Amino acid sequence: MADMTRERIGGLLARQGILIAFVAFMIVFALANPRFIAVDNILGVVRSTAILGVIALGVTFVVIGGNLDLSVGSMMSFSTIVVLDLHDKIGPALAIPAMFALTLGLGAFIGFLVGYLKLNSLIVTLGMLSAIHGLTLTWSGGKNMDIADKEGTWFSVFGQGSVLGLPVPILIFALLAVVLSLLLSRTPFGRKVYAVGGNGTAAVFSGIPRARVVFLTYLVSSGCVAVAGLLQASRSLGSQNTVGQGLELEVLAAVILGGASLLGGSGTVFKTVIGVLILGFIQNGLLLMGLAFYVQYVVTWVIIVLAVWLDVAAKRGRLLSPIA
Amino acid sequence: MTDDVRDPRPVLRLEGIVKTFPGVRALDGVALSVLAGEVHALMGENGAGKSTLMKVLGGLHQPDEGTIYIAERPVKMTSPMHAKAEGVVFIHQELSLADELTVAENIFLGALPRKSLGRVDWARLYGDTDRILSRLNVGFDAKTRVGDLSIANQQMVEIARALTVDPRAVIFDEPTASLTDAEKVVLFEVIADLQARGVGVIYISHRMEEIFRITDRITVLRDGQYRGTLNTAETNEEEVTQLMIGRSLDLSRNASHHELGEIALEVRGLSCGKLFHDVDFHVRRGEVLGFYGLVGAGRTEIAETLFGLREPSAGEILLNGESVRIASPQDAIARGISLVPEDRKGQGLVLGMNCRDNMTLPQVGALRSGPFVSGGAEVEIFDKYHKKLDIRTPGWRQTVGNLSGGNQQKIVIGKWLSMHPEVLIVDEPTRGIDVGSKSEIHNLIRDLAAQGYAVIVISSEMPEVLHVSDRIVAMFSGQVMRTFTSEEVTEDSLIQAISGIEPGRAA
Repeated sequence: MADMTRERIGGLLARQGILIAFVAFMIVFALANPRFIAVDNILGVVRSTAILGVIALGVTFVVIGGNLDLSVGSMMSFSTIVVLDLHDKIGPALAIPAMFALTLGLGAFIGFLVGYLKLNSLIVTLGMLSAIHGLTLTWSGGKNMDIADKEGTWFSVFGQGSVLGLPVPILIFALLAVVLSLLLSRTPFGRKVYAVGGNGTAAVFSGIPRARVVFLTYLVSSGCVAVAGLLQASRSLGSQNTVGQGLELEVLAAVILGGASLLGGSGTVFKTVIGVLILGFIQNGLLLMGLAFYVQYVVTWVIIVLAVWLDVAAKRGRLLSPIA
Repeated sequence: MTDDVRDPRPVLRLEGIVKTFPGVRALDGVALSVLAGEVHALMGENGAGKSTLMKVLGGLHQPDEGTIYIAERPVKMTSPMHAKAEGVVFIHQELSLADELTVAENIFLGALPRKSLGRVDWARLYGDTDRILSRLNVGFDAKTRVGDLSIANQQMVEIARALTVDPRAVIFDEPTASLTDAEKVVLFEVIADLQARGVGVIYISHRMEEIFRITDRITVLRDGQYRGTLNTAETNEEEVTQLMIGRSLDLSRNASHHELGEIALEVRGLSCGKLFHDVDFHVRRGEVLGFYGLVGAGRTEIAETLFGLREPSAGEILLNGESVRIASPQDAIARGISLVPEDRKGQGLVLGMNCRDNMTLPQVGALRSGPFVSGGAEVEIFDKYHKKLDIRTPGWRQTVGNLSGGNQQKIVIGKWLSMHPEVLIVDEPTRGIDVGSKSEIHNLIRDLAAQGYAVIVISSEMPEVLHVSDRIVAMFSGQVMRTFTSEEVTEDSLIQAISGIEPGRAA
């Protein structure tokens, strides 16, 4: 009898562990520091996670399609630098579409390698992480990039503006989440992404062009990176070459935390949003506790490991098992 | 264990086993008792609870109620290791061997004999292994790389592994699925040897002929319930089938009585590298064309070529008299060729997806209202084939991976029927499917022909191919040996043809 209860608690923990841990965490932090659940703090967290969130939305497509994208952090640095540089050269109205085209071009290149040439996505995107960083430094000559006239440009509206009292980054994140959620859950393309990630061979045997679907997931991912780069550039109006460094791991943590399986075929945009928020609140809570910000690098890793462990535990119904 | 192999005490006894999963009562008070020196068949349709029962016995599932007795001692099986320690060993249908290691390393994996400083005692390892192998009378030695062995010999390695622990009970799960007749004989000798040593053998198989050849008793499950235990010598196929499915099974020959239509598909001189060459055949509307041959004879490869998965190196494909080039599955589907592939789980289904989504997968792009997939249109298609094919599932939301093999196969068939194909190719329609669903699928194939579909059935089971086909193409080593009509075909002539023996020359 006691065994059965233990098994049940184990199963519950395995299935809902992240949510339970999150609620417990929120309660503890709210008790320790009431500021944690103040409206302005909550809004602040959502706002600061918007960039991470936008990228995570795109990576969700790649992960459900059964692949990884580790190049997104480096790619965001690229789009940020490019749009800032072009802002002063050709004006913001042209700089933005030019940056989008270049970033989508990078995504298309990765999508071609992983989708059509069927190269391992871990290797391809890890390599691209480094290659795009080199590209960014080449573009900028290694210097920080700044907009000359920071007061006089409308470009700051994306990162700093607000509509009806809500910051624009939050609105863009929310809008994109809704659009991409519909794309993934309601359209034929979305269904094909699940099929390709769930069982690529069966997808091919059902007449689904696997290569094209994988290619398109990387296009979605890089499109989101371009939006994130725009938000980042517009918020700071100046940037280092390494602004997106390390973001790929945080994004991955958020996506996995949301419950997308690294094996592909499962996950949703909504769950990823939850994952992003959980990650944001945990990082914010740690800051409020007075811990240095670099503690979160370690915490991010702990969260990834925890999330992956709970994911496999949920699949086998126990926390520990002698077989995989 | 005493010397008397006819020990009447069971080596293994399961009593009142109940196991429920959310929404399903998978086992409902199941009993099973295996005597020392007995071969005990466990039979039942897929989904009847055989695998769940074996997982309970193997410590992978904990029963909600009921007791397992090993040598009349109640035991709580907590893990596969525990089961092994109790002398209960499984020979699985799916092999779990490391291809790159030698036979000996595989057999003693995790228990390699050691010398000082943790060094492996190779001499003892190979010596021990060869001793076990000699008992099995196999044609390979301890140092052979497992990846170089045939499937049958790999199975022997699994059995050899089981013999290292001096088992009380050995469970064979569909052991002959991929064995030739000669290999089966060897397997049955091994089983007889185990029997003579007083080991209790549980033998799980759908193949009646084997059950009646080697088992002493038969326990039948249906829908998670115990239906009874019969003495093999005192029963017959009909009675067992009745118990399993509640009705009897028809496997008579079954040529079409309706008029055949035009030629739907014709193939002339089709070749694909070394896989098959110079293949000619045609299939008419309303006709079932069977392809029979050994595994590797090139049948599946022909199907894959017709479905646009392989590029032919020569030859011509004519659809409705018109020469066509099929470059991709999308091409094939657009031209009305559908393929129910041989590997249901690997190629036919996305197991994590629900029934409806699997069924509509090839046409999901067309089922739109505005930019979105029309859920209503999808459910309509699902409902239609759910009813038509009598698919047993609680509803379209059910994950396909949770269905039994027969119902999974019906989902795949429904998927392609909903595309209204001109030519339906079915590769191994009933592989790993229980008898009840088997006859349903056979009837379904006959029905489809009667409705005017041109159907190609590829099968490795002779009774099946004889039962459903109007004509049979016999293949050997990538070539068509002969095409039989259902009137002229005999089992002997078919076997000769697929063995590469030319007609007339054989005795």
